Amino acid sequence: MIHSLFLINASGDIFLEKHWKSVVSRSVCDYFFEAQERASEAENVPPVISTPHHYLLSVYRHKIFFVAVIQTEVPPLFVIEFLHRVVDTFQDYFGVCSEVMIKDNVVVVYEVLEEMLDNGFPLATESNILKELIKPPTILRTVVNTITGSTNVGDQLPTGQLSVVPWRRTGVKYTNNEAYFDVIEEIDAIIDKSGSTITAEIQGVIDACVKLTGMPDLTLSFMNPRLLDDVSFHPCVRFKRWESERILSFIPPDGNFRLLSYHVSAQNLVAIPVYVKHNINFRDSSSLGRFEITVGPKQTMGKTVEGVMVTSQMPKGVLNMSLTPSQGTHIFDPVTKLLTWDVGKINPQKLPSLKGSMNLQAGTSKPDENPTINLQFKIQQLAISGLKVNRLDMYGEKYKPFKGIKYMTKAGKFQVRT
Amino acid sequence: MAASPAYGEEKGGSSSLGEPEYGHDPASGGIFASDYKRHDDLKEMLDSNKDSLKLEAMKRIVAMIARGKNASDLFPAVVKNVACKNIEVKKLVYVYLVRYAEEQQDLALLSISTFQRGLKDPNQLIRASALRVLSSIRVPIIVPIMMLAIKEAASDMSPYVRKTAAHAIPKLYSLDSDQKDQLIEVIEKLLADKTTLVAGSVVMAFEEVCPERIDLIHKNYRKLCNLLIDVEEWGQVVIINMLTRYARTQFLSPNQNESLLEESAEKAFYGSEEEDTKDAKAEAASLAKRKPYVMDPDHRLLLRNTKPLLQSRNAAVVMAVAQLYFHLAPKAEVGVIAKALVRLLRSHSEVQYVVLQNVATMSIKRRGMFEPYLKSFYIRSTDPTQIKILKLEVLTNLANETNISTILREFQTYIRSMDKDFVAATIQAIGRCATNIGKVRDTCLNGLVQLLSNRDELVVAESVVVIKKLLQMQPAQHSEIIKHMAKLTDNIQVPMARASILWLIGEYCEHVPKIAPDVLRKMAKSFTNEEDIVKLQVINLAAKLYLTNSKQSKLLTQYVLNLAKYDQNYDIRDRARFIRQLIVPTEKSGALNKYAKKLFLAQKPAPILESSFKDRDHFQLGSLSHLLNAKAVGYQELPDWPDEAPDPSVRNVEVPEWTKCTSREKRKDKVEKPFYSDSEGESGPTESADSEPESDSEESGSSSSSGTSSSSSEEEDEEEEEGGSEEQSEDKEGEEEEEEKRKKKKEKGGPRKASPRSVGSEEEEEAEGKKVKKAAGPQGKKGHAESSSEEASASESSSSGSDSGTEAPTVVEAKRRKVIPSSKAGPKEISLLDLDDFTPPPPQPVPSSSIISTSLVTDLEGLTLTDTSLAPALLSPAFGAVRTYELLHRMAGEGLSVEYCFSRRPFPGDPHMVAVQIQISNNTDAEVKSLRVSEPKLLAGMRIQEFPEIALCFQRAWRPGTQPAW
Repeated sequence: MIHSLFLINASGDIFLEKHWKSVVSRSVCDYFFEAQERASEAENVPPVISTPHHYLLSVYRHKIFFVAVIQTEVPPLFVIEFLHRVVDTFQDYFGVCSEVMIKDNVVVVYEVLEEMLDNGFPLATESNILKELIKPPTILRTVVNTITGSTNVGDQLPTGQLSVVPWRRTGVKYTNNEAYFDVIEEIDAIIDKSGSTITAEIQGVIDACVKLTGMPDLTLSFMNPRLLDDVSFHPCVRFKRWESERILSFIPPDGNFRLLSYHVSAQNLVAIPVYVKHNINFRDSSSLGRFEITVGPKQTMGKTVEGVMVTSQMPKGVLNMSLTPSQGTHIFDPVTKLLTWDVGKINPQKLPSLKGSMNLQAGTSKPDENPTINLQFKIQQLAISGLKVNRLDMYGEKYKPFKGIKYMTKAGKFQVRT
Repeated sequence: MAASPAYGEEKGGSSSLGEPEYGHDPASGGIFASDYKRHDDLKEMLDSNKDSLKLEAMKRIVAMIARGKNASDLFPAVVKNVACKNIEVKKLVYVYLVRYAEEQQDLALLSISTFQRGLKDPNQLIRASALRVLSSIRVPIIVPIMMLAIKEAASDMSPYVRKTAAHAIPKLYSLDSDQKDQLIEVIEKLLADKTTLVAGSVVMAFEEVCPERIDLIHKNYRKLCNLLIDVEEWGQVVIINMLTRYARTQFLSPNQNESLLEESAEKAFYGSEEEDTKDAKAEAASLAKRKPYVMDPDHRLLLRNTKPLLQSRNAAVVMAVAQLYFHLAPKAEVGVIAKALVRLLRSHSEVQYVVLQNVATMSIKRRGMFEPYLKSFYIRSTDPTQIKILKLEVLTNLANETNISTILREFQTYIRSMDKDFVAATIQAIGRCATNIGKVRDTCLNGLVQLLSNRDELVVAESVVVIKKLLQMQPAQHSEIIKHMAKLTDNIQVPMARASILWLIGEYCEHVPKIAPDVLRKMAKSFTNEEDIVKLQVINLAAKLYLTNSKQSKLLTQYVLNLAKYDQNYDIRDRARFIRQLIVPTEKSGALNKYAKKLFLAQKPAPILESSFKDRDHFQLGSLSHLLNAKAVGYQELPDWPDEAPDPSVRNVEVPEWTKCTSREKRKDKVEKPFYSDSEGESGPTESADSEPESDSEESGSSSSSGTSSSSSEEEDEEEEEGGSEEQSEDKEGEEEEEEKRKKKKEKGGPRKASPRSVGSEEEEEAEGKKVKKAAGPQGKKGHAESSSEEASASESSSSGSDSGTEAPTVVEAKRRKVIPSSKAGPKEISLLDLDDFTPPPPQPVPSSSIISTSLVTDLEGLTLTDTSLAPALLSPAFGAVRTYELLHRMAGEGLSVEYCFSRRPFPGDPHMVAVQIQISNNTDAEVKSLRVSEPKLLAGMRIQEFPEIALCFQRAWRPGTQPAW
């Protein structure tokens, strides 16, 4: 399966290598660099590259390429999914997954990688087990370790690996027992020129932060479970109960985890909470163009739209833009031609707008396409699909936990074509 | 932390560790130290007796390894710490050891005894980790030790140690492949392991060591299927992939009669005949082939137990299940994977990339599957180019007459994109849509012609190339476009586009008689500056014009040929010489001259624009080979379906008296799991293999109980007995079959009474309208009695009537089809089965039953003839045995009628439930889609087991189900 792993930074340095079988020379990465050169942008590097003796499968995250070396046939998704899991684990361990962080914690990284794969086959990928084996570095622990000389390798053995609930540590204790659930929905939409919706769908997740003592058994039920068109679960969820009763029943992992992700199908009508009025004109003759956009709330169920951010990739011909926003701040990067406008909150009484002119390169003809507008926003306390959690019950433990539910709607891949 | 000289004092003081190897150190350490002064400090730290110093040193060493720096000279100093008490030091030493042992084999041997000791430790985790490191040290000398350790660990009490043993197998195999035979023994042993922890790892070992030994799987097949859902996710992927291959060798194709169901009605009937005869020819045993397909229950078991995994959060698992369904499931069921695959498109772009490649391949074969999700493939300007192009591919594959206008509208937006590679791909896609869908050809062509005035040259060039291909289909109507393109030669610089235009003008010069010579004139002028492919086309054009219009172009042609004669490129020189000989008549010129016109102006077939993903599905989907479209190292070919199913009894775990029926019962592995399934078919298999010995008695118990429950109907009892007798007589089925059939026919006639209990549920049902329920449970135990008889008699319609109520829904399904023909055409009782491969008929085919071979074709003909009027009549004979009640009249239901009856047998999943069989018949000519239970309104204390949605119901097809109530 996975032979070796190389971590490569944006400038093409291999800053970490790990081999699970015989050592593969890092010169194998030359093929990768070649492919990288051919692809103009990092995200266009093909995830699978075939070389005479190896196959290179890579993922690109946090400006780092994770390149796995494979020698024999293996499902590519197997490797790609695993690499993403590695990144997630690092993120979980260090808060951020960056080159600096990895370099600073290289030993922990190495130990974690060692535990995750055995002979190239995944062994322990559950972050709860890993954390039991290798404690994540915290400032406190680093201090304590240097003073007392103790280690951050758990002296317990990975008992979690043996249990029937491998995702949960044993012997968890908290003084405040709490379970928080965040229902987060993202709207993916493409809005066409005239403002009508071409496609819109809702992707939702329920992220949980569960800090409960012992082995609690939770059930979560919904007011309207039929909304959930397509779901995928954390392995802890009992599929059978869901199938028969539409109830989520599970023994939660300890800490943060994603309980469920779901999809509300495109067939259902999706309420689009904002609209964008735009007027972008390139004139053929002159080197000036007009640019004007206004953002306003549409179907927000009485909630405020916050954190609005407009980004737009302008055509190459645009040299500069002189714009005045009615609120918020805007930046135009003349190199990448990216316009960013941080709007903030939308006040329905006074709609935010951005107006001004564009300087076009003289002598070139006007661009074919008007730029697409990408929109980000947040609406607190609203799940746009109407999904509602009915109740959360706990069995198996005596104490009374503190429970909380939060709803949020965000823009996912929300594009307005102009 | 820099080592200070002070630590030197501590050197040698670490005897407290009690390391026997320690004594070796000073000498060997010294040798290396002299070479590499810079590592002296590290060595000193390692030699100290303070764990914290050792740890610090090891951390620095590991950091070196991680950066790819060579730390091999520290080997002796490190290896003696292998028995260090400090766990972190020990772990880091292990890391080091595994990295460098291969290079320093002799020294690595020093550590072996520590691991051997570890293998005997009472703590399972220490045993496991010792084995893990021991097997990771790639030192050939210790192969015997490893072998021994693996064998021992394979029978360890702890599943975790056994899992580690399974992991060690491929390691040893890669070190010394001579150990294969011994390793296979270990694998065989571990395959029999019943814990989920081991299953994934051992199958992995199996795949690496002996993927060809498919026979090892037989006995474990059902167990693996049943354990699957509880195996960790990575193991699931491996197991599913392996089982896909296994199923391809052991079961029959569920889509044998594909043409019958997928194509339109009339076509199907003729087509089927043809296909059948073709098959018959292909196969010596034509008889077997004509037999209606019935799915092996083990096959069904696999499909059912993998389905819930489509909901896994792990994309690899979802993909594995998707490919399993694509390769193994009957066509009608493959659709379930589409939703899950579309969900994966939300994931990281690498995942999208792989998934889209697979979707592209699938969408060629099964377009309908992804059609509802068309919009999910719309392209966003922020997608990376490679994703855009793959989405475009999928969109093009999905295009058909109904959605083409939407797709073209989308394409219009894409054409204006700033990403020019993507625009070029879009133009290609438009070309493909235009060739595939005649209706829009003109629209597309017009659109493309408009693009010819685009400012971007790449766009124009790409359009020219595509237009050229399209024009070849109907040149006569488009001389205007050709003229327009001729004008473009002045501006377009892209060689491929110029070449395409020249070719077009040459090919259709009679449509543009005035312009063609003029173009040639211009090209002759610029000939020397053209690219090679353009030059070739200029010569071509010249030759064609010479032949059609020699008056105007004779001199020009001569001129061009002369220029070409002295060209630098030999291809061009050759071409010029060849053409001159061919077209310019001289005394010497041979017979070919006469045919020059025919040669050059022959009708050329229009090119076919095809997807590059066509035919990629001969690679197992989801595999690396599929992605690369080339065989990867170690790729296991996905075998073709066998023509005849190998003996299913090999999967039986025990040796029971009733060979056949046990094959069903064996699989009844976990009573808890049946709901996962789509409740198709004989879920008898879901019961526990472990409880095997009981299952026989259970079976008889249940059959008798069901018999008694139906106190009012003797027939049922009789039937049960018969089932029993059949089971016993399975071996001699050949003779007895016929007898049984006769018996059953008798039974069929006998009327049955309905149970008085029916009322409650009747009401309930009525409230629900056309909803149908199926019990997943009844399949469990009831399946067997029925299925055994079913099996024996393959598809006798007669038997079906009598006990249909009791069976697992699929069995019932199978039956219902039989029922139809039997009612309208006496002798042709058998095989509508073929008609409805879109549902999975479960029972196994019986090799020897000759009745079934009654011509399929005649049956089908019978079917076509039947009319709506016949439909009501169908009921009575079919279900005469049990009284049925009307739930929905066909008038009220607009052609859809629903009837139900009480089979009056307990629902085995739950003693408090009872099975209700529902039959839905569609009397219209249209298909009825999406039959399902929407929210049932139940009276207090009532429960139902739902069954999943039935995708569609063809004309006059029947859908029965059983529903347990309260």
